[in-house]
Amino acid sequence: MSNTLPNRVANSTPPALARRVKGLSDRAIAWIFVAPTIFLLLAINIFPLLWTIRLSLTNYRANQPNRPLAWVGLDNYRQVLSDPDIWNTMQVTAHFLIWTIVLQVLIGFSLAWLINRKFKGNDLWTTIIVLPMMLSPAVVGNFWTFFYQPQIGIFNYVVGFFTGADTSSFTMIGSVDLAPWSIVIVDTWMWTPFVMLICLAGLRSIPNYIYEAAAVDRASPWRQFWTITIPMVLPFLMLAVLFRGIENFKMFDLVVQLTGGGPGSITELTSINLKREAFEKWRTGYASAYAIILFVTVFGLASIYVKALNRVKQR
Amino acid sequence: MSEFINGLLQLRRGAWEMLASILIAIGVVMLMQGFALWLYTYSFIVTLVGTVMFIIVSHFRN
Repeated sequence: MSNTLPNRVANSTPPALARRVKGLSDRAIAWIFVAPTIFLLLAINIFPLLWTIRLSLTNYRANQPNRPLAWVGLDNYRQVLSDPDIWNTMQVTAHFLIWTIVLQVLIGFSLAWLINRKFKGNDLWTTIIVLPMMLSPAVVGNFWTFFYQPQIGIFNYVVGFFTGADTSSFTMIGSVDLAPWSIVIVDTWMWTPFVMLICLAGLRSIPNYIYEAAAVDRASPWRQFWTITIPMVLPFLMLAVLFRGIENFKMFDLVVQLTGGGPGSITELTSINLKREAFEKWRTGYASAYAIILFVTVFGLASIYVKALNRVKQR
Repeated sequence: MSEFINGLLQLRRGAWEMLASILIAIGVVMLMQGFALWLYTYSFIVTLVGTVMFIIVSHFRN
């Protein structure tokens, strides 16, 4: 018998264990290894999902567990989908989603474009730029509330410095007009580095010889940008947009810490609204239907995301 | 366009996935638009159809 690694492992296996395993097929052994993971997935993901679907068809309230459970069919779904307040919450989420994505893509791509050029201190700047996304969203939300303080906050001071406005004449978090923008600014500050990294990966995947060939054909830098850079970075940008879209659709911690959904419900995103329905109003059945609607939306977007990811991988 | 329609007729995965993705995107836009409540009301069913379609057609041959 040759002294290969599999043979050495086989020889060192205790005889009793070898006898027990010998009777099992490869498939059975594979199932034994995979079973705990499958069990955990079923227990933690699939069972709660099925239970939520079941609850969404009832009038269950978690704060009244002994109340008789009534089957209401699709009534909860009908209510959620015709509730003007939830519709309004969706629009607040849309405002947050659209502006964060637009700003993050524009700033992230511009930063990636700059970082991609070779200059002294390139690595140091990259590290400094990606720092915000390494922080906890709860911490970021907390310290930005201090930044936004009208009297002592640095944000008002900087705006006042550049515009000449009185620093205590406006409040970002307390104003109905400015509060939606305050959460957009913080999310953009925190997650632009992520978009930048994805764009940077895209820019670095473009072979230099394509630019050299374009230069030989006397294509201007502007032309090279629109006909080489943008088309080749586009799948990566798509990926960043989808990823940030999914993440921001279920944004919770940062906004709760920053504005708590206020003033009024002007920054109440769907996830915050859902939490209020489920754990403040205790309309568990209704909240379950709401959660399933959000789940299907995120699942649909995630399917497109995976498809885009596979397309990038094939490149 | 004709390639896309041929793909649909021949039950090709790429074309059907594209259709499902378009349905999901329309559903999400309907969910978040601020113009008509009825569009919001029907958004879920559009997204659901798109998502279920996506799961089914991802098993079609390429």
